[in-house]
Amino acid sequence: MKVTIEINGKPVSEEVEDRTLLVHFIRETAGLTATNIGCDTTSCGACTVLLDGESVKSCTVLAAQADGHTVTTVEGLAAADGELHPLQQAFRNQHGLQCGFCTPGMIMASASLLAHNPKPTRQEVREGLEGNLCRCTGYHNIVNAVIEASGQEVDR
Amino acid sequence: MSIVGTRVVRIEDQKLITQGGTYVDDLREEALTGAVHAMFVRSPIAHARISSIDTSAALAASGVVAVYTAADIDLAQRAVPPVAEPWLADGVVRYVGEPVALVLAEERYQLADAAELIDIDYDPIDAVASIDAALTDESVLFEEFGTNLVQTNGGPLDDKAFEGCEVVISQTIVNNRVAPAPLETRGGAFAWGTDGRLTVWLSTQNPQIARTTIAAGLGVGEEKIRVITPDVGGGFGAKIGSDPEATVLGWAAQRAGRAVRWAETRSENLVSMTHGRAQQNTVTVGGRRDGTVEVFRIEVVQDAGAYPRALFLPTLTELMATGVYHFPKVETISRAVVTNTTPIAAYRGAGRPEATAAIERAMDLFAAEIGMDPAEVRKVNYIRPEEFPYQTPTGANYDSGEYAQALDKVLESSDYQALRAEQARRREAGERFALGLGLASYVEITGGDAGGESGRVDINPDGTVTAYTGSSPHGQGLDTTLAMLLSDQLGVPMDKITIRHGDTDEVPKAVGTFGSRSLQLGGSAVRKAAEEVIARAKELAADLLEASPDDLELNVDEGAWQVKGAPSSGTLSWAQLAAQVEEPLTADVWFGEGTPTFPFGTHLAVVEVDTETGKVALKRIIAADDAGPVLNPVTFNGQRHGGLGQGAAQAMLEVMNYDADGNPTTATLADYSFISATELPDFELVDIATPTPRNLLGVKGIGEAATIGSTPAVHNAVVDALAHLGVQHLDMPTTPIRVWQALREAGAAQAGQ
Amino acid sequence: MIPAQFSYRRASSVDEALSLLTEHGDEAKLIAGGQSLLPLMKLRLAAPEVLVDVAPLDELRYVRLEGDEIAIGALSRYQDLHGDPVLAEHAPMVAHVAGSVGDLQIRHRGTIGGSLAHADSAADLPAAILASDGVLVARGPSGERRIPAAEFFLGPFTTPLEPDELLTEIRIGKQTGLGWGFEKFTRRAIDWAIVGVAVVGTSVGLINMAGTPIRASAAEAALASGSSPAEAGALAAEDTSPVDEPHATSEYRRHLARVLTTRALTAAAA
Repeated sequence: MKVTIEINGKPVSEEVEDRTLLVHFIRETAGLTATNIGCDTTSCGACTVLLDGESVKSCTVLAAQADGHTVTTVEGLAAADGELHPLQQAFRNQHGLQCGFCTPGMIMASASLLAHNPKPTRQEVREGLEGNLCRCTGYHNIVNAVIEASGQEVDR
Repeated sequence: MSIVGTRVVRIEDQKLITQGGTYVDDLREEALTGAVHAMFVRSPIAHARISSIDTSAALAASGVVAVYTAADIDLAQRAVPPVAEPWLADGVVRYVGEPVALVLAEERYQLADAAELIDIDYDPIDAVASIDAALTDESVLFEEFGTNLVQTNGGPLDDKAFEGCEVVISQTIVNNRVAPAPLETRGGAFAWGTDGRLTVWLSTQNPQIARTTIAAGLGVGEEKIRVITPDVGGGFGAKIGSDPEATVLGWAAQRAGRAVRWAETRSENLVSMTHGRAQQNTVTVGGRRDGTVEVFRIEVVQDAGAYPRALFLPTLTELMATGVYHFPKVETISRAVVTNTTPIAAYRGAGRPEATAAIERAMDLFAAEIGMDPAEVRKVNYIRPEEFPYQTPTGANYDSGEYAQALDKVLESSDYQALRAEQARRREAGERFALGLGLASYVEITGGDAGGESGRVDINPDGTVTAYTGSSPHGQGLDTTLAMLLSDQLGVPMDKITIRHGDTDEVPKAVGTFGSRSLQLGGSAVRKAAEEVIARAKELAADLLEASPDDLELNVDEGAWQVKGAPSSGTLSWAQLAAQVEEPLTADVWFGEGTPTFPFGTHLAVVEVDTETGKVALKRIIAADDAGPVLNPVTFNGQRHGGLGQGAAQAMLEVMNYDADGNPTTATLADYSFISATELPDFELVDIATPTPRNLLGVKGIGEAATIGSTPAVHNAVVDALAHLGVQHLDMPTTPIRVWQALREAGAAQAGQ
Repeated sequence: MIPAQFSYRRASSVDEALSLLTEHGDEAKLIAGGQSLLPLMKLRLAAPEVLVDVAPLDELRYVRLEGDEIAIGALSRYQDLHGDPVLAEHAPMVAHVAGSVGDLQIRHRGTIGGSLAHADSAADLPAAILASDGVLVARGPSGERRIPAAEFFLGPFTTPLEPDELLTEIRIGKQTGLGWGFEKFTRRAIDWAIVGVAVVGTSVGLINMAGTPIRASAAEAALASGSSPAEAGALAAEDTSPVDEPHATSEYRRHLARVLTTRALTAAAA
């Protein structure tokens, strides 16, 4: 079927198989490869993007279901002039990433978390990111990054 | 002021947080245009004879280019003693996940459709699903070999070893099998050029080793293979070199005459990427009631999985068996068996975590037996600072250590006595949430392989610097660390320094990244290369400035050569120098000295156990990790954090389980308890830095240290929480049901009886 | 992993959804948020030939107070319910349980109707709606019918819904001011419940203690005759049949049911 999705402000339109997963539409059709695939059971969150502004796991949404909707990936997060989004800046400042594979999904999940809860506690950040796995950081600095991006003081 | 030792954010991050890394599945190289996609069809059964394979329906399916089985493979058998692992299962399958066939199709979505159409008949054989089952030899994996016991080392044991000891304790401890589970699964791309060379893009920790392995497998010279490592989404030891799949795919690309792309799924990854740990260790400690250990014995049994790929693991466990202690008498023996399970290989720590888990659990058991605080027992037995270099009875030569200092710092930082008082109060009050304190002191071996590392530094004509390292970082932040080192040495700003790695044509000779070797070897190599460049530059600059080399100095604040004490007499920037000399300013070196080194530390874990349900909550973890001077606390502490998370995960949650028929029961990330942020606390890091005399930087490796300490710390904490209820030991992971069962067996469950 | 091939049909109204279901019969399967169905399809444990997508039907995405009852549109997403002001005041237990399902991403997609129709005994909301004495409203070609929750969960993944029926609404009585408690026992936050307990007033719903969500009838009866939370909780495993797995034996699950029910009842009584 013909699917049209506005990704990072640009409409992407393509004839795809009905079974095409949103993550593959983003990666293969739109050519935006920051969004990664880390599992096949909706567990790891590496494929998290914003669908109409809310975080979803794009491996568990059909491209067809996103037809006519808007998607934001980490490539669309920085300002047009290249100024980093506060979460991007904070992930770098706080060393909230190592290998970088979970990072795009982690940042997008964090964006949605902060949209719901602009000043989370550290425990709320941990619970809010329960669906995003990272093997490198032990999560400590990811929590720091989200706290920093929320404008709160990082005290550990 | 030097930036070395200061907090520098990573130069790697800009791309990773804006465009994402370029992992192997992200490549859009011209050579891969029109590549076919590959998928392995893997055995769903642990042990069976393959009675037939019918690929005809799959071959007729839409988009299918080829289906290969063992019958098609015309590569020489791999010479891996003592038993050979076939390229694709040849007549017999020996674990769930073993590759049986390879499908190539035009589109990725066609692969799974085609794979379902391959009809394979299996004739089951009794599965060997545990170490105990393997040792009986009632069913054997390799009939021609005759036994499942594939390696024995050490021994013999002295029957009278523990005679005369006031106290003897003994315990068999399972070191649970875990999945390395890097977030990026394995993947690769394979393209033969018209020049007869194969280019392999591979998610690996060691492109040069991968090149050697693939060339050997294909039976061609190494010059025919180029391996390129794009960004790698984590390795943790399970991406060392290349797995057999890569060779098969290189072969398939040639056979099919097409470039081939491969990205395994997570469910494949969990059964076919190597697992780690999987030991069963019996420890015996004999000593005096004053806390002195007189005799220590460890009997290691390594589950090697179906095909032995890393038989160094049990012997490395023996080497590091005595940990941080000065024991007068030590006995070790190790055996390795094959089972119908996924092969075992390196996983963050690889052999040392198993040693530390065993000795540190044993020390707690000994402390409990004599009624002494675990901290005190450790202090009594530590190797003292003045004993270094210290030759252990098992053959290691420790470089430097301040073991008691690490412990004391942790005790002080955590307010250990107050925690013990709180524990006593809760016990007295019979509270539902029991508090547990777990200590672990560790020493580990880094850069423990015999190889060195390559480093090359070029001063470019415009004065910028390009450095080539044989290390192959994949998240550790080594680009930043090396750029800091070079900036400090050469006086060139970090943004004028480029670090390159991961292309065997660019860096032909190297070892790569494993065993926490990169900074001490790769870093030292780059430093040595820069020293050589500086030495030659000094001579050249002296000529141009018409001064004696001895009178010249490099002003590292300016990045310029000048006459000592008389900068007004003229300076030469790196760019000016490079422009005026005939020869390239470059040095290409190999650094192979000064290893191994022995990082150490102490961790304290604080857990709360719900004694009604058995659920464990890790409340605090306080870690002192000493790997010598810290070049960049950002990445140094990042390595510690990651290690703490993975180590705690093994103790609390993670295990790859098999049923009695060898079926994995934790083969998806929904079932395998990969730890999340919610199960971990904030980490409390305590600083300590004792240099090693063995390399140019004084540094030891930090990649694995915190993994090694945290597992037994958390494990000991859980047992400690339950001690007053009669529990003396339970195996990892300390999942709720295990804790509950241990409490019931101890006759102390507070509810449900 | 990739689902087997299917044909995707998006419904733009309830009527269109019903006609698509009628047209394709047994070959069709409804998809709403897809958070249970798509994982099964990717692992090829489910392979419907036609998917009828009802997720866009915003007409079924609402929470309304209707007299003494609360009407919840079947396509309300977990996160909608978690933050809904009507539920917060009149059915806080349901709002809380909706906020404990999966993770934030899953709550942004998954729907209450999808969860109930999937009828997984390990899911959270079915037990909460069962404890709430909910009534499920289904529409088919022959009109609308109401099925009490107590008659809805027939077996593992089995409900009385016909292939051509669509769950449109869930109705529960106002629970304003009633005590409530919810306990979900997992190894990791993200895991399915090993055992869970949803309590509202004196009603107790159990997660994963049988092939379907069930009520802890013996515990409820004890409560009705004045037993304490601990006394009633001790009866929570009566007449249950939890599955026996190595990581959670049936014996352990029964133990957990007793402990967790006592805790949930204690919270409800507080």
